[in-house]
Amino acid sequence: MSETDAMGDHNGGHPSSERPDARSEASTARSTQSETDRLSNATTGTDTTENGADSQPPAAARMTTEGPVYTVTGGDWDDVMSEVGGDERIVMNLGPQHPSTHGVLRLVLELEGETVTDLRSVIGYLHTGIEKNTEYRTWTQGVTFVTRMDYLAPLSNEAAYCMGVEKLLGIEVPERAQVIRVLLLEINRISSHMVALATGGMELGALTGMTAGFREREEALHLLEFLTGLRMNHAFIRPGGIAQDLPTDAPEKIDEFVKTMDKRLPDYDKLLTGQPIWQQRLQGIGYLPVDACLALGVTGPVLRSAGLPWDLRKTEPYFGYEDYEFDVPVAHEADGYARYLLRVEEIHQSLRIIKQAVKKLEPGPVMVEDKKIAWPAQLSISSDGMGNSLEHVRKIMGQSMESLIHHFKLVTEGFSVPPGQVYAAVEAPRGELGYHMVSDGGTRPMRVHVRDPSFVNLQSMPAMSEGGMVADVIAAVASLDPVMGGCDR
Amino acid sequence: MTESDEPTTTPSQDDAEPRTGETQSSAERPGAGLEPYGTEPARAVVAGRERRGMFGVRGTGDTSGYGGLRLPAYTPPAAERPYGGWFDDFADEFLAALADNDIESSAIQQVTIDRGEITFYVQRERIVDVCRTLRDDAGLRFEMCSSISGVDYGPDVPQRLHSVYHLLSMTYRRRIRLEVTLDVDDPHVPSVVDVYPTADWHEREAYDMFGIVYDGHPALTRILMPDDWDGFPQRKDYPLGGIPVEYKGAEIPPPDQRRAYS
Repeated sequence: MSETDAMGDHNGGHPSSERPDARSEASTARSTQSETDRLSNATTGTDTTENGADSQPPAAARMTTEGPVYTVTGGDWDDVMSEVGGDERIVMNLGPQHPSTHGVLRLVLELEGETVTDLRSVIGYLHTGIEKNTEYRTWTQGVTFVTRMDYLAPLSNEAAYCMGVEKLLGIEVPERAQVIRVLLLEINRISSHMVALATGGMELGALTGMTAGFREREEALHLLEFLTGLRMNHAFIRPGGIAQDLPTDAPEKIDEFVKTMDKRLPDYDKLLTGQPIWQQRLQGIGYLPVDACLALGVTGPVLRSAGLPWDLRKTEPYFGYEDYEFDVPVAHEADGYARYLLRVEEIHQSLRIIKQAVKKLEPGPVMVEDKKIAWPAQLSISSDGMGNSLEHVRKIMGQSMESLIHHFKLVTEGFSVPPGQVYAAVEAPRGELGYHMVSDGGTRPMRVHVRDPSFVNLQSMPAMSEGGMVADVIAAVASLDPVMGGCDR
Repeated sequence: MTESDEPTTTPSQDDAEPRTGETQSSAERPGAGLEPYGTEPARAVVAGRERRGMFGVRGTGDTSGYGGLRLPAYTPPAAERPYGGWFDDFADEFLAALADNDIESSAIQQVTIDRGEITFYVQRERIVDVCRTLRDDAGLRFEMCSSISGVDYGPDVPQRLHSVYHLLSMTYRRRIRLEVTLDVDDPHVPSVVDVYPTADWHEREAYDMFGIVYDGHPALTRILMPDDWDGFPQRKDYPLGGIPVEYKGAEIPPPDQRRAYS
């Protein structure tokens, strides 16, 4: 951005060998004038002068009322510092569009040399007003909104939302639906942790980690697509149960997935765990002890890396998690490396739960019996690719007027939920995902507030980064694994 | 849900009793079960909006008679001892801790137990002290503040803005909810950032979306909306916005203008 600005008015992209100096604008501006007569001289692309690319300053400067502003897009930090010069206080803006900020997160750093003295996170770039939107839809439609918030853990969002609605309604979900929910949640946890490893690797320069992580995540998403019909934004978990039963050959496919993951997971130990660069970039970085975690409300792998085995699946079991055998891995180092190890271990534990869940799958209903809540028909995909149920259509059009009315009312008006408020929380891959839901007795929510773990965990950025190096800020963000869609909602 | 079996009436009720079916008839009066513990006169916590009619029909066109149906706004009923479960033990501990810290019990205006969750309606002046007690007392130990959220119950509701705190005790594995009700003209509540640093962003969000002003917050600025935004988007009188969409020749109105059935 500033490059084109600079080219337009004075010296930024000027290809001459003399270094552009913001303070001598007047003289260079005049020479630019004559040289831009030829278009080739005005380009900022490849430097064709005899000095070659070295004549390009690493940091293009632009004068503002606040002082000189430099735009740095890469290169060596020492070169940048020699260009910028002086031991003045530097305020550095990182993001919101930057590949290493984990989405549209903006960080404003105050630097002394390469040390961060002050850090402020700026969020809100992905605010979509989902909470407000749900107030204008029925309770069932809300699922399709909340699944789009934390887009790496859509099923956790759906599950927590539906848990809230079910608590408000006071209904119990059938056994099979609960097992399927657990199954989906754990597959989703694996795919989310894979992205955490992948993007974390990318941000630290371990690009093979990224390609490997996304490859495995794709396996999980393929499976989720097979089970729910969509790779992401499933809207599969619904108030009262789940939208559809699983395909008949689901257990085989899941077994296949588990085998693949069991085979490939040791690769991560080879690729990253023992790697000295990976260790040095992460060990002792992003330190956040347990008291700071509690004060700042941090949950999930970050809290567990500080030594507190707090996992809502164990401490406040839901969907029958108490019947599964699994461990909550804990570390005591409270740094980025411990969080990486925990995430890998949690993937193993999720695979354990998945294996048990497949064995628990007993035939049965996947939705509550109450036809005032449950969708009237179990839809199937017909030849036109649309969800349809011919038997149901035949019945409501030919035989039962009441069924037709009931179907129409349930779909357009929705079911009403008794007034009151609840707080429902699940253990999402990033920590406690809580829904505070208020009903006024209508067919639409009065208020849906989401306590998203990314939002709360990001508050710990200053505590983890101030006093450290700039490069470690990136490692700290990566170890938090925030998802800005969930953070900004 | 509206409990009216409690034999209490508030002294501040209207002198002229309205007749059956009129506005302010018994169906609409905030009934019993709202007596606070303290000396403050009873003031109903309204948590819902009043409804009229059915099927979303307004004005003419409804010959069914259901158009005259009136449903009063929901008021959460006060709980009575014994609360059941761990609530009784906890409440004893809590009240004792309040007394230890020189907080009069009238700081708690109402206790509601609903769907297995306990809610304390707290006087707004005392919210910080109550939170500090809950955090520090050895028998309570609410180390973590899970979430703070604003709720707006709509323009017609007295004290329409609520600031809701969800506290979690990891030691005892308990969750409670504190709630402060606010007038929209005076939406001030003391900030609990001193007690729970995590409240920082939560309170900024509630300010951003509802205009609840948390006094004493270190930097109460907008967090999700742009700094120069006008209005508070999640208030009920703030429109959702949207444009009509054409679908198969028919015009579908934006979501906030579609017929609502409730």
